[in-house]
Amino acid sequence: MNMMMTNSPKQLQKQRLVLIGNGMAGVRTIEEVLKANPELFDITIFGAEPHGNYNRIMLSPVLAGEKTINEIMLNDDDWYAENNITLHKGKTVTKIDRVKRQVIADDGTVAGYDRLLLATGANPFILPIPGADLPGVITFRDIHDVDQMLAAASEHQKAVVIGGGLLGLEAAKGLATQGMDVTVVHLMDTLMERQLDETAAKLLQQSLEEQGLEFLTGAETEAITGEDRVTGIKFKDGTEFATDIVVMAVGIKPNKALAEKAGIHCERGIVVNDTMQTYDPSVYAVGECVQHRKNTYGLVAPLFEQGKICANHLVNKCVLRYLGSVTSTKLKVTGIDLFSAGDFTGDDTTEEIVLRDPGRNVYKKLVIKDDRIQGGVMYGDTVDGAWYFQLMRDEIDVSDLRDSLLFGKAHLGNSGHGEQNQISGMDNAAEVCGCNGVCKGDIVQAITDKKLFTLEDVRTQTKASASCGSCTGLVEQILASTVGGDYSETPNEKPLCPCTDHTHEEVRRVILENDLKTIPATMRFLEWRQPDGCAKCRPALNYYLLCAWPADYKDDGQSRFINERVHANIQKDGTYSVIPRMWGGTTTPDELRAIADVADKFNIPDVKVTGGQRINLLGVKKEDLPAAWADLNEAGMVSGHAYGKSLRTVKTCVGSEWCRFGVQDSTALGVALEKALWGSWTPHKFKAAVSGCPRNCAESTIKDFGVVAVESGWELHVGGNGGTKVRATDLLGKVKTVEEVLEYARAFIQFYREDAHYLERTVHWLERVGLSIVKERIVENAELRKEYAERFIFSQKYAQFDPWQEQVSNEKATRDYEHLKLVRKLAS
Amino acid sequence: MSKLIKICALNDIRPLGSRIVELPGISAGPVAIFRTADNDVFAVEDRCPHKQGPLSQGIVHGKSVTCPLHNWVIGLENGEAAAPDVGCAKSYAVKIQDDDVYLEAAVDETQQVAVNE
Ligand code: SRM
Ligand SMILES: Cc1cc2nc3c(=O)[nH]c(=O)nc-3n(C[C@H](O)[C@H](O)[C@H](O)COP(=O)(O)OP(=O)(O)OC[C@H]3O[C@@H](n4cnc5c(N)ncnc54)[C@H](O)[C@@H]3O)c2cc1C
Ligand code: SF4
Ligand code: FES
Repeated sequence: MNMMMTNSPKQLQKQRLVLIGNGMAGVRTIEEVLKANPELFDITIFGAEPHGNYNRIMLSPVLAGEKTINEIMLNDDDWYAENNITLHKGKTVTKIDRVKRQVIADDGTVAGYDRLLLATGANPFILPIPGADLPGVITFRDIHDVDQMLAAASEHQKAVVIGGGLLGLEAAKGLATQGMDVTVVHLMDTLMERQLDETAAKLLQQSLEEQGLEFLTGAETEAITGEDRVTGIKFKDGTEFATDIVVMAVGIKPNKALAEKAGIHCERGIVVNDTMQTYDPSVYAVGECVQHRKNTYGLVAPLFEQGKICANHLVNKCVLRYLGSVTSTKLKVTGIDLFSAGDFTGDDTTEEIVLRDPGRNVYKKLVIKDDRIQGGVMYGDTVDGAWYFQLMRDEIDVSDLRDSLLFGKAHLGNSGHGEQNQISGMDNAAEVCGCNGVCKGDIVQAITDKKLFTLEDVRTQTKASASCGSCTGLVEQILASTVGGDYSETPNEKPLCPCTDHTHEEVRRVILENDLKTIPATMRFLEWRQPDGCAKCRPALNYYLLCAWPADYKDDGQSRFINERVHANIQKDGTYSVIPRMWGGTTTPDELRAIADVADKFNIPDVKVTGGQRINLLGVKKEDLPAAWADLNEAGMVSGHAYGKSLRTVKTCVGSEWCRFGVQDSTALGVALEKALWGSWTPHKFKAAVSGCPRNCAESTIKDFGVVAVESGWELHVGGNGGTKVRATDLLGKVKTVEEVLEYARAFIQFYREDAHYLERTVHWLERVGLSIVKERIVENAELRKEYAERFIFSQKYAQFDPWQEQVSNEKATRDYEHLKLVRKLAS
Repeated sequence: MSKLIKICALNDIRPLGSRIVELPGISAGPVAIFRTADNDVFAVEDRCPHKQGPLSQGIVHGKSVTCPLHNWVIGLENGEAAAPDVGCAKSYAVKIQDDDVYLEAAVDETQQVAVNE
């Protein structure tokens, strides 16, 4: 770097980036620029407000007295200094000279730019009525407004808020908390009509009334009255009443005046293309001031997305494009659970599913069109909001879920959390994440103190929902109710890991299309940010390559999680557990003797029957693994892959051989199925079971692939799960012969192998892609089914070997199990 | 006094891999010797600052290892856990000479230490 600078004088001068608008979208973009390339720019920021960048959405809690200004600062003065940013606080830019490439502020400060970023936000809309400029008329946009409201609250008693939208209600609630008598005046008949249908709006109004607010709906304001300051308000119908302050929260309009004056093309906002560039190629714009594909946005989530994309182009990476956002809303009023997204009114082409439970004060509505969710409203129970929102954004076919959709994801089986659906009613001390012992209060505090906006951030910082994930819905809703909307990215568009911007799908496609056959080649081709990735992407790439090139790919042990690297499960004390395969849950006296001998010989402290119908040797020292395996191999046993993202067990019941109810030989089929499927690597673990009759003693209906014997043959079930969230299988179909069962099983597992994301179990994969597509390919299309099954059989040629035996017979491999040995000697 | 102790040949450790060595007199527990993709070698006590997980069994990437038990990321140069986690595993200075790996350790003359010759 230094050398480059001395050799070429041109490099000495960094490019100059100027940001106008020291607010949430603009500064986030700068943060993204610094993350991508901290060296590229000399950065100057102009901000009209006399503060650093703060979390504007937290102004509501500040007004309600739940937060202080200091607590909502996002970037303090030190941050600007540490990043060598020149900050002009309290200076409003009044002119952009695009010819000279300069901006000029109200105090005469001039700054030249090579790249200009406009992030001037939006201005509150002021009703053009008499008296709107009287002292005592306040908007709700910045710290100055909040200061004014707080001052008024300490001197006066009566407040009117004009506007029954999100902002108005939050202002009203805040002022009421400060002790004022508040009346909300709303032009429409129902509150928040852009986010709520009539029923939900009525419920909301009711509970806000219970909290002490008064409402005047369908009321058109004609004038604000008063001489030196506000004394009252007058309506079109002639009524009039007294008030000390009026808060105007009737909407916002993009702040485009400066850009317009500089000749940059504007319509409702500053018009940008998919790279966030305005009509002047050296000028970019992000945030509420922007109009993209005819839309403007007033929530932080889409603005942050814009910031990320804009930064990507500012630093000349130029791969991302902004395609617009779908947003959801959450009202940040304590005690109220409310969630809304998309089109919640519908028309004659849509259908509605509604659940209404006045007893619990719960209302949920989903609007569905062509089997896809278009939007919805939820009141009282919002825990599934994020899930519906995800189904909506990903345009998932919900026909298979329809009969239980409104009961929520919990209904699909959620061990233990079923009852806890109301975030607002939750105590701060209530445990949300059972794996890591994280309480609601911890999460809320982390979100506000550490300035978190995404589920990923919350996971990293608090560990909540970072382990088994069953509390994700709750955590998402706590996040949403704290920051006022859904901030998670669309899963389908989510990068595989922080080392790349590419999604699972893209990576898989690129591997196939470009004949990429090693992890380094793939990372190079896709320009991975870290040369050897991380613990998240390497195992995923290893799997994708292995699945794509069964014959050619050389497995990379160093990119596998320890369990798969040493073919045993690591325990909390660093020892390992060893589980040999017991085909279909069957064993013999000889095998049992051999297991007993191994336990004795290697001083294995614990022997346990597993939940998967086999025997676990627990507490084996790593150095002993190869020798223990050799003994087990000797007795004809092979690895049970209890450690692998691979076929685990095929559980069986006794079936027709012994059982008085059995209609087919389930044990024999179980053994055959296990012999057909074992060895194969899968995106996540894969479990199967075969029951001899519908009494289902092998629990086939909670397996990834379950078979239930009936008089006429076999029922095939898929996508079950007995783990974190219990979910019963869906019926795939019915077949007659054992051969058919095997073909369907092979085809199903291969489709799953080729299509699912790494670490996505069949249940989650099926919920994402829908059962219909599986039926289309595996049941209805015999040709395709055969092709899948054949591809599986081909890949098994390279996968069906015992990894234990392979390790035992390879000296170089066994070396890895030993400690390095030093010769003991006295120090000299 | 500081002393060079030969641990192993570089090739005894796989790239992006790790081996364990006992160093009585220097470290109470086992020490993990890591080799990165660039053939840098680091020695860190084999005990994660979180719940004592064996770091040697983790996935090595860049100059870090991800602990196998609960995925903390530990820097190999100084044993520090990556934010937001907080903690530190003891690290030791190592050196490569002629494709052999040596530990640079302060050795108490009176104590027994292990030396590879
Ligand atoms: C040994 C065993 C418990 C036992 O003593 O019985 C076990 C042990 C572990 N299970 Fe399990 N599971 C065992 C049967 C089950 C079952 C029952 C079954 O298979 O019929 C289930 C529920 C069925 C299912 O998977 O749908 C089960 C659901 C889980 C889950 C939740 C999976 C999910 O999708 O929700 C995890 C966590 C994960 O995989 O991410 C898990 C993870 C684990 C891990 C691997 C935790 C870990 O990552 O270290 C445990 C390893 C301990 C070890 O070293 O042996 N284990 N685990 C069972 C081994 C069965 C076998 O013979 O291979
Ligand atoms: C009370 C309140 C509650 C909200 N709640 C939520 C919520 O729960 N969830 C949610 O997602 N969103 C919420 N929002 C909306 C969210 O705050 C905005 O969408 C977001 O702040 C917009 O970011 P921005 O950078 O575009 O604009 P801003 O954050 O407004 O930043 C623009 C900045 O540019 C400055 N500026 C303008 N012109 C000039 C100039 N010529 N020279 C120098 N500086 C200039 C302005 O002073 C301002 O500081 C809320 C907003 C408010 C006011
Ligand atoms: S064996 Fe399974 S259920 Fe038991 S503690 Fe481990 S992961 Fe949890
Ligand atoms: S012991 Fe290492 S992360 Fe928990």
